[in-house]
Amino acid sequence: MVIERPWKRWVYFYIPLTLFVIGTLFPFYWMLITAIRPDAELYRSWRAVNNAPFWTLHPTLEHFRDLFEKTTFPHWLWNTFFIAVISTGISLFCGLLAGYALARLKFPMAGALGTSIFVTYLVPPTLLFIPLADIIRNFQLGNTPWALILTYPTFLIPFCTWLLMGYFKTIPKELEECARIDGATRFGAMVRIIFPIAVPGILSAGIFAFTLSWNEFIYALVFLSSPERKTVPVGVVSEMIRGDIYFWGQLMAGALLGSIPVALVYSFFVEYYVTGLTGSVKG
Amino acid sequence: MAQVLLKDLNKKYDEVHAVKDVNLHIRDKEFIVLVGPSGCGKSTTLRMVAGLEEITAGEIAIGDRVVNDLPPKDRDIAMVFQNYALYPHMTVYDNMAFGLKMRKFPKAEIQKRVQDAAEILGIQDLLKRKPRQLSGGQRQRVAVGRAIVRHPQVFLFDEPLSNLDAKLRVQMRVELKRLHDRLETTAIYVTHDQVEAMTLGDRVVVMKDGWIQQVGEPLELYTKPSNRFVAGFIGSPAMNFVDVGIQGSDSSLTAQGTGIRLAIPPVNASQLGPYKGQRVTLGIRPEDLHIAAGGDQAGYVFDAVVDVVEPLGSEILLDVKAGPNSLVARVEPTVRLKVHDGVRLAVNPDRLHFFDMTSEKAI
Ligand SMILES: Nc1ncnc2c1ncn2[C@@H]1O[C@H](COP(=O)(O)OP(=O)(O)O)[C@@H](O)[C@H]1O
Ligand SMILES: [Mg+2]
Repeated sequence: MVIERPWKRWVYFYIPLTLFVIGTLFPFYWMLITAIRPDAELYRSWRAVNNAPFWTLHPTLEHFRDLFEKTTFPHWLWNTFFIAVISTGISLFCGLLAGYALARLKFPMAGALGTSIFVTYLVPPTLLFIPLADIIRNFQLGNTPWALILTYPTFLIPFCTWLLMGYFKTIPKELEECARIDGATRFGAMVRIIFPIAVPGILSAGIFAFTLSWNEFIYALVFLSSPERKTVPVGVVSEMIRGDIYFWGQLMAGALLGSIPVALVYSFFVEYYVTGLTGSVKG
Repeated sequence: MAQVLLKDLNKKYDEVHAVKDVNLHIRDKEFIVLVGPSGCGKSTTLRMVAGLEEITAGEIAIGDRVVNDLPPKDRDIAMVFQNYALYPHMTVYDNMAFGLKMRKFPKAEIQKRVQDAAEILGIQDLLKRKPRQLSGGQRQRVAVGRAIVRHPQVFLFDEPLSNLDAKLRVQMRVELKRLHDRLETTAIYVTHDQVEAMTLGDRVVVMKDGWIQQVGEPLELYTKPSNRFVAGFIGSPAMNFVDVGIQGSDSSLTAQGTGIRLAIPPVNASQLGPYKGQRVTLGIRPEDLHIAAGGDQAGYVFDAVVDVVEPLGSEILLDVKAGPNSLVARVEPTVRLKVHDGVRLAVNPDRLHFFDMTSEKAI
């Protein structure tokens, strides 16, 4: 038996973990204290007495108020949410069917199709937005939410398809065969047996897709132009930096509010999400 | 309840010809076992009957319906898988009721059938549990229960006992047999375990490399194997094989191997006549070898040296060497012999097997 010394646990586990947690959470902390910091404190010289960069002395909600009253932030929030939900829905639906087909059905070129779907995921959006912009213009969708709802699936569907395909492959195929013998059609077996078992995988694909579209920047920057049509990431950056003036308080308030929904979604589904990525049920 | 007919059945995967010209008439109410080494095409055959694999060529009929183009759900069969394949998100009750619900049975009928099946299998107390809360043996019962509630025409089993430990396997084997006697439903059972095959099957089908080697009742396979493969596959410990040359005159043929010389008994003489001067394979089952005593005729004994002694309590397995040939003899537990002892063994002259060297067929 190995006798473990307590200091080893500290050196190899607790201390690195603590450093990691601090490193990860510090930006959020910074975001928070900046968002509630009055302008007087924000733009004070470093050499001023009472300067406390890591702490806010007189917290205030004025930046949040300004955000809601002087900008179209509520619109951005709604736009982001609307676009993220619909494009996630579309991508999940397609990803479910495509992932299932690639995992289970035998058809010519199945392998090649799977690979090419994956390859499309690897094409960087910075390249893809040029032809996409052309298409969006031809369909006259520019500056509408549909420009994003229809372009996000170009990277979300391959992503969902691959994640779900991997998950479906871990489900023993006998479950489905048994259901088909028991009286279900192939489609029935998929819906009644495979999908319920794949819930953790579906949820993690959904969470990921939602996060990716929530945070997406380039397409949103290119395809939307009127201020009230923008999404949170683009709106915050383009409307709160005017020329070379940064409205730090509002900027951080907007970023904070924008990251809360994603954080909520993750914390709510974290367990599903972990099993979704690490494997599934045994028959 | 129905008979099942397999006619010139073939299955080809891209590179593998998994099932070759299988012809089989499974009678109504029969319990038939497909047995053979891993990869011989047993599961593929069963899955074609179930409708889970496409048929490359040939025909399958269940009852008097050709089912080649019917989807699994319309074939009126039930299948038990090696890994049980219980639906993990449903309770035991829902697992068993699933097939009936899919077929739109009335609720009361479903309840009654599930209760009946649960009673037969002794799983009434488990109905509200999820599969992950069950032991291996209990899951096995649920899987069987799910099959029997539907009262199908044919049961299909694909190595249903292979995931159980040895003791439970013997117990479930007996229960399956009892269940079949009670339900009298045609059953096709796949296993690689020849003991399971012999104990369960009304008839046993031995397969190898996609071909059927022999079909017969268990004892028939044991006493009259049609070729060397079946002879070696059925029976444990396996039959001993010795290469011998056939010599002598028609009236007194002998089998001459290195280190062994045996007279050919009159029952085999006529078939072996044409092989005079050629080599054949002699097969002797371990229990047809015993320590020579006064009553044994001179032509049927040979000398050997003990190599390994394996006492099993009820009997002793003697591994002996006669010249270069290794043989196993099953002898009385009272025999006292040590390694390297010389021993004179006698064969049972009525029970010798001879196989052609090239075709491996029984002579
Ligand atoms: N889906 C498949 N694709 C290709 N070859 C297969 C497939 N399923 C089985 N085989 C091959 O067919 C042969 C018979 O397999 P199987 O019927 O499963 O054997 P077993 O008798 O062990 O049940 C094996 O050589 C196996 O490799
Ligand atoms: Mg098999």
